[in-house]
Amino acid sequence: MKVYFKRAFDDILANVFLTAITVGTIALAILIACAFALFFVNAGHMLNAWEKGVRMMVYLKPHTSEAARLDTRYRLTRIDGVKKVVFVSRQEALARLKQQMPGRAGLLDDLRENPLPDAFEVTVVPGSQAEAVIELIARRISSLPGVDDVEYGKRWLRRFAQLINLFRLAGFAVGGLLFMAAVFIVANTVRLVLYSRREEIEIMRLVGATDRFIKIPFYLEGTILGAVGAVIGLAVLFAGYWTFVSRLQQELGDGAKLIGFFSPSVCLAIVAAGMLVGWLGCLISLKQFMKA
Amino acid sequence: MPPREDRENQALIRLFHVSKRYGAKAALSDITIDFEKGEFAFITGPSGAGKTTLLKLLYLGEALTEGQILVDGMNLARINRRTVPMLRRKFGIVFQDYKLIASMTVFRNIALVLEAQGKRPRLVAKKVRSLLRNVGMEDRENALPPSLSGGEQQRVAIARAMAGEPRIILADEPTGSLDPEAADAIFELLKDFHARGGTVIIATHDRSLIRKAAHRVVHLKQGRCVAIEGN
Repeated sequence: MKVYFKRAFDDILANVFLTAITVGTIALAILIACAFALFFVNAGHMLNAWEKGVRMMVYLKPHTSEAARLDTRYRLTRIDGVKKVVFVSRQEALARLKQQMPGRAGLLDDLRENPLPDAFEVTVVPGSQAEAVIELIARRISSLPGVDDVEYGKRWLRRFAQLINLFRLAGFAVGGLLFMAAVFIVANTVRLVLYSRREEIEIMRLVGATDRFIKIPFYLEGTILGAVGAVIGLAVLFAGYWTFVSRLQQELGDGAKLIGFFSPSVCLAIVAAGMLVGWLGCLISLKQFMKA
Repeated sequence: MPPREDRENQALIRLFHVSKRYGAKAALSDITIDFEKGEFAFITGPSGAGKTTLLKLLYLGEALTEGQILVDGMNLARINRRTVPMLRRKFGIVFQDYKLIASMTVFRNIALVLEAQGKRPRLVAKKVRSLLRNVGMEDRENALPPSLSGGEQQRVAIARAMAGEPRIILADEPTGSLDPEAADAIFELLKDFHARGGTVIIATHDRSLIRKAAHRVVHLKQGRCVAIEGN
């Protein structure tokens, strides 16, 4: 095996230009595909986090009696998919509002009458977060007597989910195309190397070298270049991610910390994918070349 | 000359009615010859007689069109692709144009044969140096082939041909582009191999080379075997 590795490294050093093109291509493909993937992973996390915390604000009609309120509460707890029902009195709501608007709390102090209605904060059971289920729950709640309005930011949720799905599809298509393009570019690069060394390969065959002996260094070379390309692509992506998150942190503070990078195991899987690209490129070229 | 039956029993290479055609053009027609173990034979004839083609058929550098070739018990008409390297390891091949890999040092060119056979690196180094000593090239192991003279390159090619300890050396015009002194040195190396029990088959049109030794000479003309001289 040492002999094969030595030949592979000798080849890499002897064909610096072709090596650079191959590594660059794999790095670029990995960078673009992983940038898409990173976006989806983070968008997915955000969507999940948001969905997990789906809370509906159920506003009650003004001047609802205590008995009617208790009845509504009972009915809310009986609806499938509802996990928790917490009463938020209009006073409590105003206090919360003041807390959320620390700079402008004075404005609220000037109010002669509390304009906020009594409400229930309804938390949905995990697993009932599908958009259709949430909508159904919301419709049922709306139909209850004493309920004035139900609010849960459904439009935003729907649009975000649709956008993510659209990007996810586009991402799979672009990722697939990039993977294939990288494989074929590596295949062509290996073909160029093979063509430039056809005489050498022919001599090897004449002195009794097996196809395996000839091919293994090329496979090693392709796999090594794939790994190097993937590491470079990931490094560039990480640098981009770091810059983006640092800037976002200045704008949003700790909220930016929610945007994460790939875990070490995913990074390893990406490097393995780069190696696969290199290996497949070699496989395609060698199959054609060795038949000739 | 031993009786025909004995020759057949000792035959290392046997050709039966072998023909090779390139399209409509016949390069070899109906060749039937045996080469014995330990034989030193010449194949001669004018340019285009089919000498090189005959050698190529033996190591499957070309596929034969008709007939049968047996090499050390292997039937070349039935051999599969995976067995071809095993067949080629029976031969050490010396080419007129040396066919050394220009980007590899003299040492690496010879080592390649041993590495291809799966020999251990330490053994490879020892063997290569011993071969280079035998051909008088021990001080040029790090040189690249293009920096060597024709005679030196051919000596390296012979060292490479002998590296895998083949049973047979096939040499195609081994002295064709060398001066008489260098040609003599190459011929001596081939005689040494023969003296140690190896089989040597040389394709040449150089009559002076043939005159240097009394061996069997196969005459080809326009792809046909027209005469076989010698014992």
